Amino acid sequence: MFTARFFKEVFKSPYEIKEFIKQCFNIGYKSFPLVGITGFIMGLVLTLQSRPTLAEFGAESWLPGMVALSLIREIAPVITALICAGKIGSGIGAELGSMKVTEQIDAMEVSGINPYKYLVVTRILATTLMVPLLVIFADAIGIFGGYIGINIHGDVSFFRYFSQVLSSLDFVDILPATIKTFFFGFFIGLIGCYNGYNAANGTESVGKAANTAVVSASLTIFIIDMLAVQLTDLFY
Amino acid sequence: MIQIETNRKNNGILNTIAPVISINGLHKSFGKGNEILKGLDLTVKKGETLVILGKSGSGKSITIKCIVGLVEPDEGEINVFGSDINTLDTHQLNALRIRIGFLFQNAALYDSMTVRQNLEFPLKRHSPKLSNKEVEEMIKETLESVGLADAIDKMPSELSGGMRKRIGLARTLILKPEIILYDEPTTGLDTITSREISELILDIQKKHKTTSIIITHDMACAKLTGDRLVILKDGVIVAEGQYEELEQNEDKWIRSFFL
Repeated sequence: MFTARFFKEVFKSPYEIKEFIKQCFNIGYKSFPLVGITGFIMGLVLTLQSRPTLAEFGAESWLPGMVALSLIREIAPVITALICAGKIGSGIGAELGSMKVTEQIDAMEVSGINPYKYLVVTRILATTLMVPLLVIFADAIGIFGGYIGINIHGDVSFFRYFSQVLSSLDFVDILPATIKTFFFGFFIGLIGCYNGYNAANGTESVGKAANTAVVSASLTIFIIDMLAVQLTDLFY
Repeated sequence: MIQIETNRKNNGILNTIAPVISINGLHKSFGKGNEILKGLDLTVKKGETLVILGKSGSGKSITIKCIVGLVEPDEGEINVFGSDINTLDTHQLNALRIRIGFLFQNAALYDSMTVRQNLEFPLKRHSPKLSNKEVEEMIKETLESVGLADAIDKMPSELSGGMRKRIGLARTLILKPEIILYDEPTTGLDTITSREISELILDIQKKHKTTSIIITHDMACAKLTGDRLVILKDGVIVAEGQYEELEQNEDKWIRSFFL
């Protein structure tokens, strides 16, 4: 019902453009530092951990391609989505839960304003759009982290590293991985909003809404990832 | 202290006025065996101020939430301005809600917005053609009417309980409602602030000629503002009348409200 209402309301006017932009700013822009640091560490650590194994087979030259592929196809989307589930999903759950408990949602409704459209639709749209952007950002920073990691023990030029990265990537590596991030974003927003919007009375339910939002969204991310991998495998 | 005359009107005059709110056989339960309202009948006439009294859990808040469509009744009819709210679609219900103001127990101010934005938000939604200057003027005028013009740029977290109630009332008033529903407007406030809020309610009733339903446990507020009082017990009205009439009622339980 909650999801069906989203698809019903999203195309109906009035379009809450201002609130949507505000949410994009809060959800996306404010998450860039956290996602950036995490992405950099992912790339750096992945490079440092993979290097000895590849060196044993004399395949160190594959390192840039392997790091880029691992990050773009799997690690960056999933880790970034999990971070977003923790930061954004819990934030939405707690914010809406608190609004519900303090009757702010009811106040909106009795003022003749559609709270679902104003609060839920805008947040779900914002997460659906911003999570993929955050993942792309994490990919880029992660690949840069890989470059730093390689240069801790070796000496590879920036240009050579990135030409190796780009030559190892294909359309099939980027598109399915990007598509699944839209689903990650959608479900992070949806689950956060659902738990917050339907929070019971009492302050305890605010914490419960935030907690359930994170746990459910994290689990959903893994399920979507599993399905996405299976589908990619079928079609490509 | 400024003496303010009570809002009591001549019952004869009120009796000739058509009801703006009419509730017939209202039933509402939450789960099996937890019936809150058991066939409530109630009418409120235009310009009248009705005070609903009753113990906690007697169904007072549920009743006014049913009037604005926040709670869906199990059974019964609620007519507001001649429309049965149970038969209205979302668009019609929202149009009706603009004519009804609702002051929540804790004011329910939007935490993430300043006082100005709290007032601006519903106003701009329902009057999109108003210029920014007109909106600003209306906000200032409304804030002045509740005596809080200086709080315009404050966040709700910076306001005291009494101030929050006043801002909540200002947010309600800015849409110029014909009916105002007050859910325990003086609860949690000290005696002096409670008196000030009660006087403000009375002032609003006189100035804007609104029809009001006030839910309260504060008998001073009930005495000052109410034209008529009803007492709810177990989901039905057990007593009805003016303050003085109920104060001298033979029933000990009813008299206990006035002690």
